[in-house]
Amino acid sequence: MSIKSISKTQPEIFEFSKENLEKSKLEIKKYPKNKQASAVIALLYLAQKQNDNWIPLEATKYIAKLLSMPYIKVYEVATFYSMFNLSPVGKYFVQVCTTTPCMIRGAKKLTDICKRNISENQNKLSDNKLCSWTEVECLGACVNAPMMQINQDYFEDLDEKAAEEIIQKLLRDEFSKPGSARKRKSNAPEKEKTTLLQEKNA
Amino acid sequence: MLKDEDRIFKNLYNDLGWNLDSSIKRGDWSDTDKIISKGKDWIIKELKDSELRGRGGAGFPTGLKLSFAPKEVGSRPHYLVINADESEPGTCKDRDILRFEPQKLIEGSLITSYAISAHTCYIYIRGEYFREGQRLQEAINQAYEKKLIGKNGSLWDLDIYIHYGAGAYICGEETALLESIEGKKGQPRLKPPFPALVGLYGCPTIVNNVETIAVVPTILKRGAKWFSSLGKPKNTGTKIFCISGNVNNPCNVEEEMGIPLKDLIEKHAGGVIGGWNNLQAVIPGGSSMPLLPKSICETITMDFDSLIKAKSGLGTAGIVVINKDQDIIKCMARIAKFYKHESCGQCTPCREGCGWMWRMLERMSEGESTYKEIDLLYDITKQIESHTICAFGEGSAWPVQGFLRHFRKEIEKRSHQEPLVKKKVNIPYLVDQHLLEKDNA
Repeated sequence: MSIKSISKTQPEIFEFSKENLEKSKLEIKKYPKNKQASAVIALLYLAQKQNDNWIPLEATKYIAKLLSMPYIKVYEVATFYSMFNLSPVGKYFVQVCTTTPCMIRGAKKLTDICKRNISENQNKLSDNKLCSWTEVECLGACVNAPMMQINQDYFEDLDEKAAEEIIQKLLRDEFSKPGSARKRKSNAPEKEKTTLLQEKNA
Repeated sequence: MLKDEDRIFKNLYNDLGWNLDSSIKRGDWSDTDKIISKGKDWIIKELKDSELRGRGGAGFPTGLKLSFAPKEVGSRPHYLVINADESEPGTCKDRDILRFEPQKLIEGSLITSYAISAHTCYIYIRGEYFREGQRLQEAINQAYEKKLIGKNGSLWDLDIYIHYGAGAYICGEETALLESIEGKKGQPRLKPPFPALVGLYGCPTIVNNVETIAVVPTILKRGAKWFSSLGKPKNTGTKIFCISGNVNNPCNVEEEMGIPLKDLIEKHAGGVIGGWNNLQAVIPGGSSMPLLPKSICETITMDFDSLIKAKSGLGTAGIVVINKDQDIIKCMARIAKFYKHESCGQCTPCREGCGWMWRMLERMSEGESTYKEIDLLYDITKQIESHTICAFGEGSAWPVQGFLRHFRKEIEKRSHQEPLVKKKVNIPYLVDQHLLEKDNA
């Protein structure tokens, strides 16, 4: 279990925008009657997106009312799952995978670059308030290690130079093209394919 | 080596396009109506004959699992839940299926739903795979448009919904996954009752891995005999192996079960960095499986049973190669940290024990531990193992046990500190006293 820090400054009211209210109705429709609680994760995502990538406590109360759930149940979910940020993060939220497969391919270099360029400590905003970074557990792209996730996109096959460039660009408010830094095609072996050599659509 | 025509996932590297039209050209959705017309019992029997074992880690026979669902639908509807919460370190096979072969998964879920009489299917994707989820949603929409799935579909009424997780490894455990879909914290349930009888919303539910469901259509089309002719008896078919870590060409590759590990690394992954002799250890099946030293890697074959014999396991077939440039104790400490971070906190032995293991391994890697602590560490793993509700306890304890089994000397070399308590104290354990008493009786 990870420790969640809850922001000390909280907005006073939170309400879904019209668009998100429509979306939340669609989410609730996915589940059987009277099981609307199932949509809580989806609604928390919507709230997080609407509120600059973090969830204020007011939003958990609002969602609890919307789904007619006890407030504490929504709070439990928001604190249990690691992808919900309960305090402000940067517009660009950099998550560096540091679990063993990435570690042995040099994930430490990536965290060093983040430390140098963004902020000394995790979850602290950069000087221009645009970026923050954190270490996370396995992101499920081990074959493309080392890698990091920025907002919703994966940046794979990184080396020091590529990572430095991506982060520098972020600090200038530019988003690089996601995917492999070495232009590698998905998870195929890089130098020489050994399988599926002559596959064509029949 | 497996022939290309026998590979199930022809678009593993996205050479051919992922959308519905190109999938149909590859043979997806052909003869689906014929398969459905043969009936539920035929499908389950064929899957049993093919000896397909679940690809999610435990290796439970799929045909048998499907047969656990009640034959008649009573007052409660049946559900099919597909587990795409892939977060085991070393594993990234489901991601490629979601991205590049979504129609195989959709076709498989249609056939499986029919076999267990389910009209609703939920696909639980980990939150980080947002782009993959979008891709799958597009593929589902394409299938709806062609009336392959949906209400009043031509084959079987089925609605498929995507449910995103939010970054919890434990939600890959089937009952935790169900809790998470119900909108609760992902904490595993006690079994029994098993999900096949009391699952999602208290209704009969079958939970299966993405790869398992995605191979079902091909097995039924080409026949159980074809599938069981590949691999070894009881470990049949093909499997996607993910080879990562210190290799020259890390890649995903579909191969026959029972392929020698050395072949996989040397032929497909371009060999270990620094040559085969530079190999230190291999984690054969995702981080939950004990690692193997080089001596075993020379001859071991990759299938469920032979890896169990070597006191490890195939798990999800995520192979992590570690060469001699790495500090093996640090690698192990990082895995322990992963488990400490991901423990759901429900059972005390796992919640507290995972943290203890991590801190001790960190100390060992820094050379701040004593000889005695090595035995103490082993003791902790034994007290976590099988004292928890779900298999996370085993998953966190086994790798440390395997590490102590094969690399004890490494730690001993580094543990020079004097013990703090020098006098021998005999503290009786608080757990399992009843078992001790039985022995004494």
